[in-house]
Amino acid sequence: MPSLDEGTPLFVQIAEQLADDIVDGVLPGGARAPSTNELAAFYRINPATAAKGINLLVDEAVLEKRRGIGMFVADGAREQLRERRRKQFAEQYFDPMLAEARRLGIDTDTLMSLIQGSGWHNGGNTE
Amino acid sequence: MIPAISATALGRRYHDQVALDDVSLTVDPGTVTGLLGRNGAGKTTLMRIVTGQEFPTSGAVRVFGQVPAENDAVLRRMVFVREDQPYPDFRVGQAIRVASWFYPHWSEELARQLLADFGLPLQRRIRKLSRGMRSAVGITIGLAARAELTLFDEPYAGLDAVARQLFYDRLLADFAEHPRTVVLSTHLIDEAADLLEHVVMLDRGRVVLDAPADDVRGTMATVSGPASAVDEFVAGRTVWHRQRLGSRASVTVAGPFDFAAQARARALHLSLEPLSLQQLLVRASGLSAEEKVSA
Repeated sequence: MPSLDEGTPLFVQIAEQLADDIVDGVLPGGARAPSTNELAAFYRINPATAAKGINLLVDEAVLEKRRGIGMFVADGAREQLRERRRKQFAEQYFDPMLAEARRLGIDTDTLMSLIQGSGWHNGGNTE
Repeated sequence: MIPAISATALGRRYHDQVALDDVSLTVDPGTVTGLLGRNGAGKTTLMRIVTGQEFPTSGAVRVFGQVPAENDAVLRRMVFVREDQPYPDFRVGQAIRVASWFYPHWSEELARQLLADFGLPLQRRIRKLSRGMRSAVGITIGLAARAELTLFDEPYAGLDAVARQLFYDRLLADFAEHPRTVVLSTHLIDEAADLLEHVVMLDRGRVVLDAPADDVRGTMATVSGPASAVDEFVAGRTVWHRQRLGSRASVTVAGPFDFAAQARARALHLSLEPLSLQQLLVRASGLSAEEKVSA
């Protein structure tokens, strides 16, 4: 079973995990999203919580309700999510990395060569 | 919308002992509510009053808008499974059959499935069963009744972790298919936390917390690291607990722990560890009733 952490409201985590699947292309545009009850059973959470997570994505127009059939991934949802995450990228990943680099005395040149040498695809783990 | 349960200024005293003190709460229909608190906090008393087995000393309770006591029309709409539920000298199969006559929405199919899941022998006398198996009989009746208001009071005495997970899974699955109002009193808070939509916590007969479970999550965290950085981070926040070891400090504070706060903690080289629901409630029960936790 996938694990959910303690600090973030469950419905936010449900929305984030669905968003991850959309960004990764596991759920492409037009695909049917898991139902409330499917999510509830999978994550072992209250169905109302799962519904709240889905509604969060509906409000952001990432998912769309088709009456009587269920929830579907909106066209362009992936691009929309990627755009948003790009904006968050610096503060979520880059700023903490720079802070740690400064703490360890890694200068900009070394950082640059790390980035160019390791590339993003094999982890680039600098922490 | 008529609440499934509404209690107004409910009080119950036994001689000079106060079991419930000015308890007011509302349980919305179609929700799973956790009734939490230490032993002796008043959870069972509250459930007994709700199910008409006991009278309040003061205040009033309504179930589906009606007084439950001696009200057959309302009592048939609810099922109450207690810890160590006593049974007449029945065999398992007989107890199940009698229950099936009483509850209008009884599901024979679900009952059979649960009996098989728990491996309950139909011919065995209930009093010859182990404690865990007796609990499984109560859970089977409580779920198969599909009562509009389903109350479980620590229903799993003697059940192991696997059997408890079975209970949670079956409860969730059947709740999703057949929505109803569930009140679950438990001290295994972390285990049941994700099932709960709403939590009510009692402490010494009073309500100290009444909030959506999602609002309670992430309301407190323990910040630890170099003492001066910790002090800087927690300035202006409500401090719940403070520990110090040499140059390091560990302080439990109230949220919010939004993106900015998390970034700040990182910049200060602090670790930010959110409290689980169980840990939160341990903290909350250390408060006097005056200092209610508002989530």
